[in-house]
Amino acid sequence: MRRLVGLAAPVLLLVAVAAVGSLTTAARQLEFENALVKAAIVIALYVFIGNSGVVSFGQVSFVAVGAYLSGLLTLEVTQKSFVLPNLIPILRDHHVGTPLSLVLAAAAGGLYAFVVGLPLMRLSGLPAGIATFAVLGITYNVLRYWEKIGPAAQAIPLVPESGVWTLMTGAVITAIVAFAYQLSRFGRRLRATREDAAAAQASGIHVYRERLVAFTLSGALAGFAGGLLVHELGSITTDQVYLELTFITLAMLVVGGVGSLWGAVVGALLISGLDSLLGDAENTIHVGFRLTLPDGTRLVTLGAVMALVLILRPSGLTRGREFGLPRRRSV
Amino acid sequence: MTLLQQLIDAVALGALYGLVAVGIGLVFGIMRLVNFAYGEIITAGGYTLAYLNGSSPVVAILACVAACIGLALVQERVFRPLRGASPATMLVATFAVSFLLQNIYLLAFGSRGKPVSTLGGLNTAISLGTLRIRWISIVALAVAAALLAGTTLLLNRTAIGLHMRAAAADFRTARILGVRANRVIASSFVLAGFLAAAVSVLLTVQNPLVTPDYGVSVTLFALVGVVVGGLDRLASASLGGFAIGFAYSLVGARLPTDKSQYLPSLLYGTVILVLLLRPAGLFAPGKSAVERV
Repeated sequence: MRRLVGLAAPVLLLVAVAAVGSLTTAARQLEFENALVKAAIVIALYVFIGNSGVVSFGQVSFVAVGAYLSGLLTLEVTQKSFVLPNLIPILRDHHVGTPLSLVLAAAAGGLYAFVVGLPLMRLSGLPAGIATFAVLGITYNVLRYWEKIGPAAQAIPLVPESGVWTLMTGAVITAIVAFAYQLSRFGRRLRATREDAAAAQASGIHVYRERLVAFTLSGALAGFAGGLLVHELGSITTDQVYLELTFITLAMLVVGGVGSLWGAVVGALLISGLDSLLGDAENTIHVGFRLTLPDGTRLVTLGAVMALVLILRPSGLTRGREFGLPRRRSV
Repeated sequence: MTLLQQLIDAVALGALYGLVAVGIGLVFGIMRLVNFAYGEIITAGGYTLAYLNGSSPVVAILACVAACIGLALVQERVFRPLRGASPATMLVATFAVSFLLQNIYLLAFGSRGKPVSTLGGLNTAISLGTLRIRWISIVALAVAAALLAGTTLLLNRTAIGLHMRAAAADFRTARILGVRANRVIASSFVLAGFLAAAVSVLLTVQNPLVTPDYGVSVTLFALVGVVVGGLDRLASASLGGFAIGFAYSLVGARLPTDKSQYLPSLLYGTVILVLLLRPAGLFAPGKSAVERV
């Protein structure tokens, strides 16, 4: 029972964000939706990076694949033959609803991650970081120029948008999957390799296999979150799923605390909230007095806050612990 | 003769990337910190040059060196609390500092870019038969060779160089034996900053428009090269940097135009292949060491 608090806290937080978001104006609601989708992406990152201790810069590739697949499949067939005539038939001549497109996005993300992970999970440390970064570079490059699988340098336009409750449900699903994984024997074995790879191996744990499982699951969740992203934005371009998203989601994870689901959710929501607040402050807000910040201060402040937290508190705001009720100390 | 021409250009670009690789490798060797924000030092040098367009080249270059070393020292101070943090945290933290600096540049100088014209004359070419060599290729090669030789001498023939090599080999033991941690790390940053200044002078000749993300792509590619070459030794790191610059320039020139848009994919694919076959680096000596338990 006590364990479930670790899941209940992040889920309740996500629900609360959606509830507050649904009470605000339509324009403001977009910012809450954005926070929920960011949380889903960061949770997907956490499943691999948090549990394995190996940094991957490549998970946003799976977000991109999920977003593109889900976006293209939910466009009307007539629209596609008109706007994107070069698509391969399977993408051009089919149309599915949003829920099914999300499932397919998860499947595609998982499959891609599995194929990439088969060779790459032999690496660890910096080589793993650079190799996964190379995967991101290839994904970006191919999506940007290959017209058979997408609109290349153009945006996918007019994707049906989902509301705040749908997006919240999606984020909660990723949180539940991540939590179930980390309690499962797979999750525990992988966390053992994170603490001490040599000792884990000596106890009969297959490091490569456990990492591959987590990488695939993380890829599936990232694909799913990519589907959420495209249905939140209503359109997507390759630049929206490249370096900046990679950096900001990784920073959210590390700021919150790499080692826990709670850290992933807190980091994602806090940084998103700060981002929205600073965006507003550039257009004047009232905090007892009228405050107007010059344009561009948003990103500078955001960068400064992230750099400060990372440098002064390297283990993150939650110090990598799950949310727990305070224990009563026996005297 | 076009192949020879392309080879010369490729060697010149490779030399530039080799310099960046040495700058990154020096700091990594001692502090185990991969500095993503290194590119922003190069950008700072570029902006300094852009603001001193009218003045004499000597003044502009001196100011550029001062600005780069200054920013390198600031970074050294900022990264000090990260010593001993996990590699993931260090990596993301330097990423964050890079992001912060880029946005400061954006706020201060705008997104439109500042042109540098100080050494623009070096873009003229000399003809040797059918061969046309730009002065900058020759200068870049000469400067890179001189700086690499200078760095090697510094590391091998001076007291501070000995301290730096000792710290790179085993930081704790070096400290116990009297190497001062702050001093040795600061000197590696100063040296890296100096190399960054050289890179910004050379780079602004070829690519004169300085934007807030000016140093990013050269740093990313050099970093990839450093890891591919082998991070643990300066020589293999700089060879890796050279190799990636050389390959980028040569393959880019040789590929047919309709395929050249996929050049990054080709390069990244090769990187993955090399890492899988030799995780310790292409130019790393022998087999990689057994895990320390």
